[in-house]
Amino acid sequence: MSLTSQAIPPAVVVSARRPRRSHIRGREGVGGWLFVAPALAGLTLFVILPIGLALYISFTKWSGTTSPFGSGAKWVGIDNYKALLTGGGLAQQDFARSVENNFYFVLLVVPIQTLLALVLAVLVNDKFLKGRGFFRTAFYFPSVTSSVAITLVFIFMFRGDGPINRVLSFFGVKGPNWFANSNGLIHNIVGLFGVHSPPGWAKHVVFTRSIWDWISGPSMAMCAIIVLVIWTTSGTFMLMFLAALQNISEEIDEATAIDGANAWQRFWRVTVPMLRPTLLLVLTLGLISTWQVFDQIFLTGNNPTTTTPAFLSYATSFENFNFGQGAAIAFLLFALITVFSSLQRFLLRDKDAEQ
Amino acid sequence: MSARPAAHPARRTVFYVLLTAFALIYIGPFAIQLATSFKTDPDATSHSLSLIPHPPTVAAWKRIFGFTSDTSVDFPLWLLNSVIVSTAVTLARVFVDSLAGYALARLRFPGRRAVFSLVLATMAVPGVVLLIPRFLVIKELGIYNTYAAMIFPIAMDAMGIFLMRQFFLQLPLSIEEAARIDGAGIWRTYWYVAMPMAKAGVLTLTILSFQGSWNEFAAFLVAGDSPHLYTLTKGLALFQGGLGTGNQYPLTLGAALLTTIPVAIVFFVFQRRFVGAQLSAGVKG
Repeated sequence: MSLTSQAIPPAVVVSARRPRRSHIRGREGVGGWLFVAPALAGLTLFVILPIGLALYISFTKWSGTTSPFGSGAKWVGIDNYKALLTGGGLAQQDFARSVENNFYFVLLVVPIQTLLALVLAVLVNDKFLKGRGFFRTAFYFPSVTSSVAITLVFIFMFRGDGPINRVLSFFGVKGPNWFANSNGLIHNIVGLFGVHSPPGWAKHVVFTRSIWDWISGPSMAMCAIIVLVIWTTSGTFMLMFLAALQNISEEIDEATAIDGANAWQRFWRVTVPMLRPTLLLVLTLGLISTWQVFDQIFLTGNNPTTTTPAFLSYATSFENFNFGQGAAIAFLLFALITVFSSLQRFLLRDKDAEQ
Repeated sequence: MSARPAAHPARRTVFYVLLTAFALIYIGPFAIQLATSFKTDPDATSHSLSLIPHPPTVAAWKRIFGFTSDTSVDFPLWLLNSVIVSTAVTLARVFVDSLAGYALARLRFPGRRAVFSLVLATMAVPGVVLLIPRFLVIKELGIYNTYAAMIFPIAMDAMGIFLMRQFFLQLPLSIEEAARIDGAGIWRTYWYVAMPMAKAGVLTLTILSFQGSWNEFAAFLVAGDSPHLYTLTKGLALFQGGLGTGNQYPLTLGAALLTTIPVAIVFFVFQRRFVGAQLSAGVKG
């Protein structure tokens, strides 16, 4: 972002005016390396080296109990990747399922949390609002808490006889036992119109699953996790929109008001276009983090309809001791996240700025 | 949008109703959590929506703080481990990140550009992709099931280095120059001149590091399997998983509340700073 454009430090400018003696520069050479050494050692040891190691493991069969070097891990070439992407075996079925689950998760969480964050930001940005600080704190607080702690609260909230279903029963709706319910949202909705089995075209099998299965929609269990995640993260994104809204000068707003635009037109024609950079940031951050959802899945676990690639990678490695396959899933996820976030950046690029 | 209140009293009412409804949705779960922690197990499930425990009991809290003979769940130990690990991680991050940030902002050394690019590149690596790799390194180093395995992998972060670099770049250079001309070395200039001026940045990084390491879960999961090293997050997650059907909600939700409180305190004490910290963390790209 704009911050990185300061890559040339002021020091360069200053020292051109007043050159320092070379031995001080020489000390800076050594000192600079000494200063970055701990960080560099840490990043190398716990980020860069591990990635290389895991890439190697993804081409082997390794159970995680012995050293991966020497005879511990057996080289199998691209077999792990092949098993995940072709062949129709269990590995591919599970992987396809996890991608589908995560896809519905992203599809619902990202737009809803972005819209909700924007609405909340506009509401608490109101100059005349009483108790502004209170509302901001209330909306933001869930974002700072531990995902484990919050997920436990929501497991209770979404119990069969939990608070959510009691509230729903006031409106005459009988809620399911959310986290134990694997019915797809779309299947449920078309079920209301009497469609309970796949029409002919939906019986085709694509990538190990029938079209009917692919379009099931998120399961009720996944819907509960979707609500949880939207509730937790919308506060952070609200803050980002709020900071951007406060930067939009009031004069622009007032000038357009004098021009006869009403509040609604001003919002869509003036404010939203000016929020574009923030919108891109919120969407990108949302997209990257939703493809990584893990803690919530781990805690609500043991439901095939909520398994995500991140969790599948963990479970394959640490529960089924197939680290090669697990590492391969992690790298496919890495590739997926990279593709989606660059695609999104491309689609939302500022066309005016390019001219 | 509704910035003309006097003109639209009806719209104003809708506005406040909407806000209050949202506030209820955001605060409600915490209120239910607090109330549930003072309930009996049957009361918690049969009157899950009620905010008044009937009968009220502190049984769950007694068990959380270790005042019962039941030691199957060792909350005090988990709390201690959380304090140890997050304190160590926070101190390490503030020191290591600010050192590197200072060097990248101020010191001219061969390879600085390359180091900075490397830092930026590691920021793009998704955290969950690192779970298996980190487990591998922890095993190879022979530190599996130690505090070191929980602390070192997250004791430095690229984002913190980037943040500190930005903070140091914003400082006026003249004061540091003066110190250098007066004969202060690189270390003294960093520690006695630049660091005190970068207090805001140090505080921001401290808050982010504490929050991050206190709430961390996945990294601890792959660092060991010894119950002696459970933190609050890991202990809670595995305890809950072990319950299966799970009817001890007052206990679980009370312990979850305990996990939330330290970060909540930091949040309310440093609220302004906290918001700034979140924003600067968001603009990292």
